[in-house]
Amino acid sequence: MLQGWVIASVSFAYLGVLFAIAYYGDKRADAGRSIIANPTIYALSLAVYCTTWTFYGSVGRAATTGIGFLPIYLGPTLMAGLWWYVMLKIIRISKANRITSIADFVSSRYGKSQLLGGLVTIIAVVGIVPYISLQLKAVSNSFTILLNFPDIVMPAKAGAQPLLQDSALYIAMILAAFTILFGTRHLDATERHEGMVAAIAFESLVKLLAFLAVGIFVTFGIYDGFGDIFDRAELVPRLKALMTVADTGASYGSWWSLTFLSMLSIMFLPRQFQIAVVENVNERHLARAIWLFPLYLLLINIFVLPIAVGGILHFPDGGVDADTFVLTLPMVERQEALALFVFIGGLSAATGMVIVETIALSTMVCNDLVMPVLLRWKALRLQEEQDLSGLLLAIRRWAIAGILLLGYVYFRAAGEAYALVSIGLISFAAVAQFAPAIIGGIYWKGGTRAGAIAGLAAGFAVWIYTLLLPSFAKSGWLPLGFIEEGLFGVALLRPQQLFGLAGLDEISHSLFWSMLANIGGYVAVSLRRRPDVVETGQATVFVDVFRHTEGSASSRFWRGSAQVQDLLPLIGRFLGPERARASFLAYARRRKLSSIDELQADADLVHYAEALLAGAIGGASARVMVASVVKEEPLGRDEVMNILDEASQVRAYSRQLEQKSRELEAATAELRAANERLKELDRMKDDFMSTVTHELRTPLTSIRAFSEILLEDPNVEPGQRAKFVAIIVKETERLTRLINQVLDMAKIESGNAEWHTVEVDLREVIEESVAATSSLFGDKRIGLDMSIEGGAPKVMADRDRLIQVMLNLLSNAVKFCEEARGHVTVRLSAANDAVRVDVEDNGPGISEQDQRTIFEKFRQVGDTMTAKPQGTGLGLPISRQIIEHFGGRLWVESSPGQGAKFSFTLPLNREGGMHQEERAEK
Amino acid sequence: MSKRILIVDDEPNIVVSLEFLMKREGFEVAVAADGEAALRAIEENRPDLVLLDIMLPKKNGFEVCQTIRANPAWQSIKVVMLTAKGRDTEVAKGTALGADAYMTKPFSTKDLIAQVRQMLGLDG
Repeated sequence: MLQGWVIASVSFAYLGVLFAIAYYGDKRADAGRSIIANPTIYALSLAVYCTTWTFYGSVGRAATTGIGFLPIYLGPTLMAGLWWYVMLKIIRISKANRITSIADFVSSRYGKSQLLGGLVTIIAVVGIVPYISLQLKAVSNSFTILLNFPDIVMPAKAGAQPLLQDSALYIAMILAAFTILFGTRHLDATERHEGMVAAIAFESLVKLLAFLAVGIFVTFGIYDGFGDIFDRAELVPRLKALMTVADTGASYGSWWSLTFLSMLSIMFLPRQFQIAVVENVNERHLARAIWLFPLYLLLINIFVLPIAVGGILHFPDGGVDADTFVLTLPMVERQEALALFVFIGGLSAATGMVIVETIALSTMVCNDLVMPVLLRWKALRLQEEQDLSGLLLAIRRWAIAGILLLGYVYFRAAGEAYALVSIGLISFAAVAQFAPAIIGGIYWKGGTRAGAIAGLAAGFAVWIYTLLLPSFAKSGWLPLGFIEEGLFGVALLRPQQLFGLAGLDEISHSLFWSMLANIGGYVAVSLRRRPDVVETGQATVFVDVFRHTEGSASSRFWRGSAQVQDLLPLIGRFLGPERARASFLAYARRRKLSSIDELQADADLVHYAEALLAGAIGGASARVMVASVVKEEPLGRDEVMNILDEASQVRAYSRQLEQKSRELEAATAELRAANERLKELDRMKDDFMSTVTHELRTPLTSIRAFSEILLEDPNVEPGQRAKFVAIIVKETERLTRLINQVLDMAKIESGNAEWHTVEVDLREVIEESVAATSSLFGDKRIGLDMSIEGGAPKVMADRDRLIQVMLNLLSNAVKFCEEARGHVTVRLSAANDAVRVDVEDNGPGISEQDQRTIFEKFRQVGDTMTAKPQGTGLGLPISRQIIEHFGGRLWVESSPGQGAKFSFTLPLNREGGMHQEERAEK
Repeated sequence: MSKRILIVDDEPNIVVSLEFLMKREGFEVAVAADGEAALRAIEENRPDLVLLDIMLPKKNGFEVCQTIRANPAWQSIKVVMLTAKGRDTEVAKGTALGADAYMTKPFSTKDLIAQVRQMLGLDG
């Protein structure tokens, strides 16, 4: 038997532990040693997503739709994969602009619009109230059930009990008090609550452990493991149906819509925004949350089906609400402690959700709903009040109490008509309305304030009509005929089959129409008008957040004059004078100034002041307040456009510059290479000129010397005279040869050479060349072998030119052979379609490096400074040109010390001389 | 006592002409066809003047000139460089290495003889 006071005192003790954690967290934060600067705590605190709806409701949904509970967790898991893009951007924007809530975010994006902030706040409050009532219902029910331990007695219908005996009312009041203690002990410009986050992370652990404990107990304690449970389930037809995935088109549709809905919810539920964005300490924590949060979801879902099946097997008559299986299964097994632990787990899930949600909502209500109204209410003379920080706290506290009260009212009114999950989904569908304005707002610069208002209002209206009002009708607040026959009896207006759209579940149906209205309104109205000055400025700040450096971006879109003496008191009124002075001093120090008096009230300072204030009263109100002390000179559209143009031009220009500089580098490299090549060519030309000059001067020297001797001295004896004249003749011939070769090369080079192409017998060519060089061989006593294979191959070529090539190769061979020991082999062979000639010597050989250069013009082997080159260095280049002209190839194979083998091939003439004449003409 | 002239050149026909010219002037003439042979010849029988070609096998004219100038005993030997390479840099290099005169091929036989005589102190 569990006494009411036992349950109550354990609950209060647990809340006390939470409070202690929060208190410790805040103390540490004030001391600058944050305990939540840890990615794991960040990921755990994100699990505030799992409320009593998860804790109790998943089993309930699983008991009716099988794995239909999964989309609610699939969505966030999918979304987590996108966090690195979407969430990171939202966090970055929010930090840069000191955004404190989702309403603040939307209103800031669309030109700091108070109207928009108010609208978002209203949607959030109205949308979230059912969700809060769900928590109340769950805690109250579990409390009542536990009270009857060990009997299983379903609680009375909500609202059936007299007000003062309703545990839900007291739970609401306790939660309100607790939240006020937690969340509004002081006012913080950043709206961060480190202690609360630590407590939430702790709660996430508690609820996970509690759920796992039940799961393990049911699976392995009552039954004999997963296999056993599912084997038993197979025997019950109703259960077998649960185990299969959706089997109709409609249920597939609802899978998709639920997944989609929960994808949006994980981003845009006010409490998720609060934890993920506002309370985020470090962007990098997101990296761990991306995998740890889905892992958490997986763990808390593992035992959902076993518990659901276990519950149905245990209570087959349906007398026990499936939403309570988590609690009633341990109870029916008389596990007192476990049941109490489960209750605490559920309490954790509920308090976590309620605390964060109401803190987030109260911030929004205060900053975006109440303050703007109060500040405009001239009769209140708030503008003249010296310290408003107390007022702000009071508003928030009343907002928290009010929201919980609303939750309780909804619980009394509609709580019984729906299961837990369905109530949660109504809230999901409401916050999904934020998606177009936010997602559009961070990626599309064209979205306008009017568009966002139109979209939100339209989507919200559809949501009210298709989900909220029917939920009232089902609770008896409205006549049921409204659902069945449509508004005014018009069938097309039936709220759950709008315009005849049937076959969808109510959530999918509402989501479809509200998203259609929302996105349609947002895009259509945005496109009607170009964004104005402020909108454009904010759009740039949001969409291009990754491009801007901190803070500087927004202030560029502002111009005006202000006085520090005006700004400081203004901030002081909302934050308290001391905090304001400290903040300004810190700002001054960052600017390397020693005191506040030295501060210039420039655009940056005004922006800083506005950001400070935005933390306390929201962006839109802050803008109004700052504007009241600042003489702002509004920027014209043209000016803003200029700033934007300038920025984009600068970007474009710098891209161009980069491009140009790359091109320039490439061009420089090319030029350098070309220059090297030119230098090389120049050097080669110089070398060639020097060589040719040398070759010309040498015979000329002898010719001139002997000519002068003979001219001046008639007494030279006849024998000597004859010798001298012979030398003159020989040297003249040498000169002529050289000049001819240079001219020949030039002709071939320029394509002006004459070619007499006829059918040539290569054997004859070789024999003739050998005969012509026999004296060279004889003089140096160099041996010569001939090896002629394959008869007398015919090629199409210029006979004289081929002889020229052979002579060149033979004389080269002789030139490089050692006297008396030299030996040259000439080989002729015919292959399939080509004839090949080799001229091999046993001279010093040619190094690999030289093998590449000897065929270049004007190149000769050997160091010109030590060995006088013989010849002009034109023989081989000319020979190669000739062979290539006839379609052949000339190359050398050699290794130093092993002699050299020069070879060429020419194509065999297969045409039998058909084109001889024609070719000869060319 | 007649002066000794060493002719260093690897072009046989040029050697023939120089030998004829120098002998006609009454000099004693020795011939070397490469740089190493030239240094051997100088060691064996020190000449008064060397007609030195630059493009020589084995050791070029610059190296031969440098070796001569490096030997204190050979300081009095006159060196006339004869080369078919007439570029200014080569003239400068030769002079820097200690050549006494530099003549570009083809040369005027008269000028060559005058130069040689003057350097040997036979005129005036």
